[in-house]
Amino acid sequence: MATRLEARGLTVELPTRAGWVRPVNEVSFALGDGETLGIVGESGSGKTMLALALMGLEPPGARLTGEAWLSPRGVNGNGNGNAASPPATGENLLTASRKVMWGLRGGEIAMVFQEPMTALNPVVRIGAQIEEAIRVHEPRLARDEVRRRALEALERAAVPEPAHRARQYPHQLSGGLRQRAMIAMALAAGPRVLIADEPTTALDVTVQKQILELLVSLRRELQLSLLFITHDFGVVAQIADRVAVMYAGRVVEEGPASEVLRHPRHPYTIGLLRAAPRIAREKLVAIPGTVPPLDALPAGCAFGPRCAQHVPECDAAMPELIHAADATESHRARCILVR
Amino acid sequence: MAGDSLLEVRDLRKSYAVAPRAIHQAEGDPPAATAEFVGVDGVTFSLAPGETLGIVGESGCGKTTLARMLLRLIEPDSGEMRFRGQDWRGARGADLRALRRRIQMVFQDPIASLNARMRVGAIVGEPLAIHEPGLSRADRHARAAQMLEAVGLGSEALDRFPHEFSGGQRQRIGIARALILRPELVVADEPVSALDVSVGAQIIELLDRLRRELSLTLILISHSLPVVAQLATRVSVMQAGRFVESGAADQVLQSPQHPYTQALIAAVPEIPA
Repeated sequence: MATRLEARGLTVELPTRAGWVRPVNEVSFALGDGETLGIVGESGSGKTMLALALMGLEPPGARLTGEAWLSPRGVNGNGNGNAASPPATGENLLTASRKVMWGLRGGEIAMVFQEPMTALNPVVRIGAQIEEAIRVHEPRLARDEVRRRALEALERAAVPEPAHRARQYPHQLSGGLRQRAMIAMALAAGPRVLIADEPTTALDVTVQKQILELLVSLRRELQLSLLFITHDFGVVAQIADRVAVMYAGRVVEEGPASEVLRHPRHPYTIGLLRAAPRIAREKLVAIPGTVPPLDALPAGCAFGPRCAQHVPECDAAMPELIHAADATESHRARCILVR
Repeated sequence: MAGDSLLEVRDLRKSYAVAPRAIHQAEGDPPAATAEFVGVDGVTFSLAPGETLGIVGESGCGKTTLARMLLRLIEPDSGEMRFRGQDWRGARGADLRALRRRIQMVFQDPIASLNARMRVGAIVGEPLAIHEPGLSRADRHARAAQMLEAVGLGSEALDRFPHEFSGGQRQRIGIARALILRPELVVADEPVSALDVSVGAQIIELLDRLRRELSLTLILISHSLPVVAQLATRVSVMQAGRFVESGAADQVLQSPQHPYTQALIAAVPEIPA
């Protein structure tokens, strides 16, 4: 599988009164063609800031370092993909000019947000909003053709009665339909990478199930690469091939989703899984304390103060991502206790 | 049954008139008539002391409307509510006030439900100021400090403002305020859905501990079956204003009978064991 999007040491720094803080700290990952990578973390872990940086939508004043290579269209899938090497003539999303990003956003890499009601323009009809997303990339397209493609996009997102819905405003749609309209808009200009930031968190479970099924089928149909951001390991189990767990800006564990979920190595991942309520009514074990503020991170491992396995060496330095002797090589955790 | 129940609710109903508004109309829609939206459509249950009833349902099913009626924050159209045999739905004046202190609520959003301009000590002590006006300021402060201790916050929280606390800590403040009057029944409406997983688990643990220590009866309202499953001894599943299935928690969760309950359980993305 060829790599479509590869981040290397991606770091986002924000200025605060107390100095620079790093909501995203040296994050590296590779997202293959048609692959789904789940990014799991709690609030403040940096998962949304990571997505915004990839989209070129980081807040003003932010400082980006590292690399995020998007492979060029057409050269992938020819069998010589090597996950270790960056795409030869790709685009580094972190250094691309505003003009280049203007073309890539929507055309190559698109994003779906958590709350479709705030992401959609409340005073513009659904159809017109999707048409706008198409026209940005193909300004010379005939009006009828733009309209046809917008309806096609709604149909692809399984919006019933697309012609009727296109004439409605966001508030006239249910939460589930609004999210389908958002997905239609994100995919209207044919991107190859879709970032979905908690796309089902605001929805009822029965609707969530439908949206997840839709994303799975769209991914297959369009060979999409999906970066799926969530706080819910249950959702990860349903949709992700691989998973990266983030804590205080860093990836603390990564690997194949089934392996990370069944045999988590990092104490934070283990703790999160034990703290997640399940219908099976197993006894919950909470993680004590809270996520540390970015301007007051502890020395060494950021999870140290909340960790039940904490030993003095944990405070010495931030551990590297290492893989356990009995784990797959791609399954790695940032903990000195991993052997 | 009626004699030893804490709360008896019979055929509770609430509906709202929905006025037709042009803004809700799309081109081509038929003209709308004034409609009636039924929020809660005949809910009946009885709760014994010490039980924890979990009410689960999706958005719009009427669970929050039901919670507010149980608290007498909104008035039902019809139905009966009795608390320890006393008429709770029809209580007025001194009777109403006396019953109010025995039934308290924990809200979903610990930011919106705490007054940002009041110090935590005043927020937690306010119910005492209302229900025990004879208490001295110092006594009220001491009781608030004691309650904050019980929910896992130190007494140094007393003089700080809500914004200085994290979401989980704010929910603890909300719980302290609800419990300071030593209520017999606590209604918690989505108490963890605004919180992160690791913090939500702390709040669930806290509610479970306080329930045991203070022998509380709890009504836990949530959209999340897994959350309800953690605490409930009984579960009622609500859809379109009605309880479509009620029973012992294990029974409802493990062998659901109603198709809607089955669909809800099937839709929960489960973490592989």
